[in-house]
Amino acid sequence: MTQSSKKTDPKVGGASDFRESVSTRYGLDRAFTWLVTAAALVGVAVLVVLLVDVTKDGSPMLSLEFLTSFPSQVFPENGGIYPALIGSLWLLGLTGLISVPLGLGAAVYLEEYAQDTRINRMIEINISNLAGVPSVIYGLLGLGIFVELLAPVTGGGSVLTGALTLSLLILPVIIVATREALRAIPDSIREGGYALGATQWEVIWSHLLPRALPGALTGIILALSRAVGEAAPILIVGVSLYQTYITRSPFDGYMALPTQIYDWISRPQEVFQNSAAAGIVVAMVVLLLANSFAIWLRSRYQQRS
Amino acid sequence: MAIRTEGTRSGAEAWKGNSRGREARERVIKFFLTACAYLTIFTTFGIVIVLFEETSRFFLKVSPVEFLTSTEWAPPQGEFGVLPLVYGTLMATVIAIAVALPVGLLTAIYLSEYAPTRLRRWLKPALEILAGVPTVVYGYFALTFITPFFRDNLFSGIQSFNAISAGLIMGVMIIPTVASVSEDAIYAVPLSLREGAYALGATRRETATKVVVPAALSGIVAAVILGISRAIGETMIVTIAMGAQANWLGSPLEGMQAMTAYIVQVVGGETPRGSVTYESIFAVGSALFVMTLALNLASYWFVRRYRETY
Repeated sequence: MTQSSKKTDPKVGGASDFRESVSTRYGLDRAFTWLVTAAALVGVAVLVVLLVDVTKDGSPMLSLEFLTSFPSQVFPENGGIYPALIGSLWLLGLTGLISVPLGLGAAVYLEEYAQDTRINRMIEINISNLAGVPSVIYGLLGLGIFVELLAPVTGGGSVLTGALTLSLLILPVIIVATREALRAIPDSIREGGYALGATQWEVIWSHLLPRALPGALTGIILALSRAVGEAAPILIVGVSLYQTYITRSPFDGYMALPTQIYDWISRPQEVFQNSAAAGIVVAMVVLLLANSFAIWLRSRYQQRS
Repeated sequence: MAIRTEGTRSGAEAWKGNSRGREARERVIKFFLTACAYLTIFTTFGIVIVLFEETSRFFLKVSPVEFLTSTEWAPPQGEFGVLPLVYGTLMATVIAIAVALPVGLLTAIYLSEYAPTRLRRWLKPALEILAGVPTVVYGYFALTFITPFFRDNLFSGIQSFNAISAGLIMGVMIIPTVASVSEDAIYAVPLSLREGAYALGATRRETATKVVVPAALSGIVAAVILGISRAIGETMIVTIAMGAQANWLGSPLEGMQAMTAYIVQVVGGETPRGSVTYESIFAVGSALFVMTLALNLASYWFVRRYRETY
């Protein structure tokens, strides 16, 4: 034993471990089991502490009036998130209307039509790259294109501009999720359709899209909930931090929940921190419900197939 | 028959249509689908053109050499050296990775090698939910919970805005990214490698750390690179919790400004278009874009390499 410990010094290879006593190795094994278990619980633990903390901070503000009143600079304790909530609903609806058809279309093309050519390979690499572009960069893109260049069409910093920017942001996520769902459909389904004389689009519309929908829908819901939670890109393309009216058309100005929360956080007075926490509670409840539904949908779908 | 098929989209209805009409419809649809896919290319072009246009205007007023080498960042005084912002970004990123790499990797090992199936089914969605928390929420948590906690228990001299709280919480934010990409790589390691290790008398830990992890290494590297790229591009946590004052070579307990935070903070201040400050956000954005693009390409390369191995 003494001899071997000298020999293992310079190199920590597999061989050196074999000479250690069995009880040490088993001890290390148990310790490692605890370590990995603890690591896996770190994320969940932080999530729980975070939820408890914001609920505690936000509870003095949480009430029905908080959901239905305008934010107030003069009487902050009476202020609410009504216009921000409506603005976020507008963003959600418009972003869904824009990004879902485009994402499904691109995914169907890449999975069902595209040949293995150079340009199509380029599109694929490009999509995986776009998925990694920071959201502020999409904000700058939106500022350059939708706010400045297309101002006559979008009305500058309108809710439509915000939705277009967020659509480009989540498009890669929707495309990837839909492609995976399409890829999971066995070829026999396609061949069955063709054997009956259906054209390619008829096969896609009546056979493939209905089957791919649950899988794609999970990706779409996760992507949309990410879009609604984003603050940075819409701050750049001109979300209002305060407005006295409700958004009524795509060309109106808008407030949004994450940017309202950000505005409250950046104020020094204590009462605004409570408003921020209450806003976070509302946002978290909505997003946790949406994400849980998406994940439930996927697990149900996976069990069937 | 005509009444029965009306309003439905069954194959039978299409069968009755003339074949030239069907072909034309197929072509139109294919054209639109192709356009959707090509839109993603235009998005990239759009990003590059917008960034390039404003950045080149910026460089007419500020020399690129000054931008890339000066350590003074004070836009109101006309000092545009980007290094202090890069320093802020990298400080937060290093702290974040110091959290996310060990925790994320150990989580991945736990999920694929240790977790009972039932717990795994519960833990993976929980991680996904962690990834879906809006970043303003993390920012609030860093500012109002982590920083006061540090001040009361560890570092009494910590500033209200500081890199360590922002970095730590950013680490928590990217744990799911590192864990899920690493787990995919670990999961792809053939079972025979594990069985070989067990047959030689290795314990579970030895199998995991000396056989499985090295075999999945390139995938794990890809996961970490992706995590770094996320951290560099993350905006709201550093905007809320790390501060708005550029700070070259400051300590992690001090406030500093990240590149992303600068962009958001300047836009929030209603900077007029055409001013050098307005153009500077695109210059900083370009630097950010180049950094994340390089990391994403590196990660893509690593993922492909490990896929080829198995």
